[in-house]
Amino acid sequence: MLNKYPLWKTLMVVIIVALGALYATPNLYGESPAVQVSGLRGIEADASTLDNIKAYLDENNLGFDSVVLENGQILARFKNTEDQLKARDILDDKLGNKFSVALNLTPNTPDWLAAIGGTPMKLGLDLSGGVSFLMEVNMQEAINKAKTAMVSDFRDDLRSEKIRYRSVKEANNGVVVIFRKVADLEAAETLLKKRYRDLLLKTNDDKLTLSAKMTEQKLKEIREYAIQQNITIIRNRVNELGVAEPLVQRQGKKHIVIELPGVQDTAKAKEILNATATIEFRLVDTEGDLANALKGRIPANSILLRDKDGRPSLLKKRVMLTGDHITDAKSGFDEYSRPQVNISLDSAGGAKMSNGTKSNIGKPMATVFIEYKPTGKRDAEGNLIFEKVQEIISIATIQSRLGKSFRITGAGSPAEAHNLALLLRAGALIAPITIVEERTVGPTLGAENVRLGFEAIMLGFGLVFIFMMVYYRAFGVVANLALGANLILIVGIMSLMPGATLTLPGMAGIVLTVGMAVDANVLIFERIREEIREGKTIQQAIHQGYDAAFSTIIDANVTTLIAAVILYAIGTGPVKGFAITLSIGIITSMFTSVIGTRAVVNAIWGGKRLDKLPI
Amino acid sequence: MQILHLKETVKFMSYRKIALVFSALMMIASVISLATNKLNFGLDFTGGTLIEVGFEQPADLKIIRQVMNDNGFSDAKVQFYGSSRDVVIRLGLRGDVKAEMLGNEILSVLQKATGQTVDMRRIEFVGASVGDELAEQGGLAMLTALICILMYVAFRFEWRFAVGSVVALFHDVLLTLGLFSIFQLEFDLTVLAAILAVIGYSLNDTIVVSDRIRENFRKIRNSDPEDVINISLTQTLSRTIITSFTTLIVLAALFFRGGELIHGFATALLFGVFVGTYSSIYVASLVALALGVSREDLIQEVIEKEGADQDAMMP
Repeated sequence: MLNKYPLWKTLMVVIIVALGALYATPNLYGESPAVQVSGLRGIEADASTLDNIKAYLDENNLGFDSVVLENGQILARFKNTEDQLKARDILDDKLGNKFSVALNLTPNTPDWLAAIGGTPMKLGLDLSGGVSFLMEVNMQEAINKAKTAMVSDFRDDLRSEKIRYRSVKEANNGVVVIFRKVADLEAAETLLKKRYRDLLLKTNDDKLTLSAKMTEQKLKEIREYAIQQNITIIRNRVNELGVAEPLVQRQGKKHIVIELPGVQDTAKAKEILNATATIEFRLVDTEGDLANALKGRIPANSILLRDKDGRPSLLKKRVMLTGDHITDAKSGFDEYSRPQVNISLDSAGGAKMSNGTKSNIGKPMATVFIEYKPTGKRDAEGNLIFEKVQEIISIATIQSRLGKSFRITGAGSPAEAHNLALLLRAGALIAPITIVEERTVGPTLGAENVRLGFEAIMLGFGLVFIFMMVYYRAFGVVANLALGANLILIVGIMSLMPGATLTLPGMAGIVLTVGMAVDANVLIFERIREEIREGKTIQQAIHQGYDAAFSTIIDANVTTLIAAVILYAIGTGPVKGFAITLSIGIITSMFTSVIGTRAVVNAIWGGKRLDKLPI
Repeated sequence: MQILHLKETVKFMSYRKIALVFSALMMIASVISLATNKLNFGLDFTGGTLIEVGFEQPADLKIIRQVMNDNGFSDAKVQFYGSSRDVVIRLGLRGDVKAEMLGNEILSVLQKATGQTVDMRRIEFVGASVGDELAEQGGLAMLTALICILMYVAFRFEWRFAVGSVVALFHDVLLTLGLFSIFQLEFDLTVLAAILAVIGYSLNDTIVVSDRIRENFRKIRNSDPEDVINISLTQTLSRTIITSFTTLIVLAALFFRGGELIHGFATALLFGVFVGTYSSIYVASLVALALGVSREDLIQEVIEKEGADQDAMMP
């Protein structure tokens, strides 16, 4: 029969809209103030931390809604922001050196909804308030450093093989070695070819100049490494900031985006992002008396440091090696499947390490992590005062004379080994980064943007609603149903999609979609009216109207989608938000205004003998 | 209810000379303005620092300017933003390395000088290289969008329509840029996004019209292309008007209620939709007509279009 949908098609429409509505509901529950406690430097919060937190809160008579442990983090919810602020201060005081304590707003999504993956939409910084940084990695510097390392490596290699050369110099994307004799060049070429497979070696016509160029692959690796390393370091530092849901993300070839929701004191954030961390290797002072040292009688040549659990050790004052010689550190497993960290040094570092360890085989060596943490206090000139924090991250026995690459075992769990590798790499920042863009949105402006965006959506929606109802009567009501379903689907999908963020331009995108979504219905309804005027029967007119308008609707929407996708590809932050809502809106609107309205129209008017249509 | 009761075909194409002159004049004016006035690029493109602050009482711009001057920010541009309690201070790019620290510095200076609690609403700092990259990327995006759309329309329709729709797009984008140039409205990233949306919208309109022209060429035998285009435009006119109307009302909602931040965006779209509606009637069809579109060009597609496999896709 004409204009009857099979049951499955009607059901599909109902189910899709119902699912959209289900996943849109978490947005209705609001948020409650919370304090988030997460471990620093590989420490994870556990059940004992949870008990401690509960005890601290009870001690101070702070009523909490719930305190839960999840993914190594603890989240305590409170009834009001006053309690939340008090709790933050208390917990920060008690746990501050091992955990980061951050203010947070947690969605009040009911458990059953959360269990099926329901979360509210993520708000962009322009709506939630906070700061975003765009940092640029200085790639030229990364390549320069690699070249400098190549020069010293080449010199060492040639010297150790007793090949004489006139000079080794940096050149464009590589190194140039000049020899006195052709024989030397040939010997060097064989040697270098064997050692460096990722270099392109070329001999000049004079047979005395050998140029080594880094392959595209190698250059790519260096760039990749520089950006990954920076991201790792920034993540570590951002965790120190005590921000609830920070985002550190790569953008394009050399940029890193950092979003810190809720942060207003950007000065502090910047100081921390630019702060330095480094690594030192020291021998353990096995002769000194630790008990005496703890009483304050520290031997003149030693220092007393502690590890993260507070266990003290006496270390030699003389630094064996500083972290800037580390070129790479990777975690892995040794032959007994125990976690280990493989460390590579540059040639100068290798020489130092070799000298430092040859007479100390069998003795323990400590790895010390040094960091400059802001104290929150300012000096007379208003600059932040930094505190030098030194912490032992591992003590291992020197098994043999160490050289350019060695390994540290006994780091504990694989996770700890991985973390140690990250920290070691932090000691060797190969490419400096600079802030090239910063956007801070205050909390009042954020809240105002949410209100304005919401008002604009409601107003636009209301106006279109009224117009459609007046102009197309009963069919207008059907179109309005589709419009409502469309809005629900957009919100549902935005909530469900992991990377989607609602921004102010994103809200504008929703408004625009509302205006444009009715277009499909206008096309269909106008066509139906036309067909009726031409004398077709009601059922034929409905059928023809939908049929004829279909390909037009597809063509018209695909082209808008092309524009939206391109916008998504190039846009950043808020603009990306616009592209997202626009793309989602185009797709959902095609579904609701073509298939959705057809289901309703078929159910009400389809297959019946009618003389007139309320259109 | 119905807005238009058209008994007769509107002779759109007989006004084509007027439309041609009008469009040409507008485009020339836009090009001249873009060449002489340029665009008033916002912070996103030029780089620099922008601070938006909120005061409890209406602010005195003179005092703020004086404060800025006294503290070594003589190049600061101070303006109200939306209301007299909201003030925006703009600074150009500076040579010193600590450019990203400027925002906080100005905030504390203002706080001290006015004695009022100053609410930091927003600080933006954009480095020089970012703006250049953005301008390059933005231009590239527009070109890519135009090429992709050209390809799609050529594939779905016929090259004459494709050329017609891209000329219409170019016309719309140029006129919108012209508007921003002539009135020196601030051109920022959201305006760029709006212009890409205008491309999408304007095309939407053009395609609906082209689609009907194609259909009518097949339906109406032995008729003059000009008549077919007139008939098609008349048939789609009420749809064109209604859709433009609903889009314009939501954009008006955005323009009046969406806040200052979204103003440029709404302006570009309002104007773009307006021009887009006009161009889909005159520019796109006119170009297709001028290129000599005829029944024969479209006829062989009939078989493909009426294919049985299409029915399965129909709603």
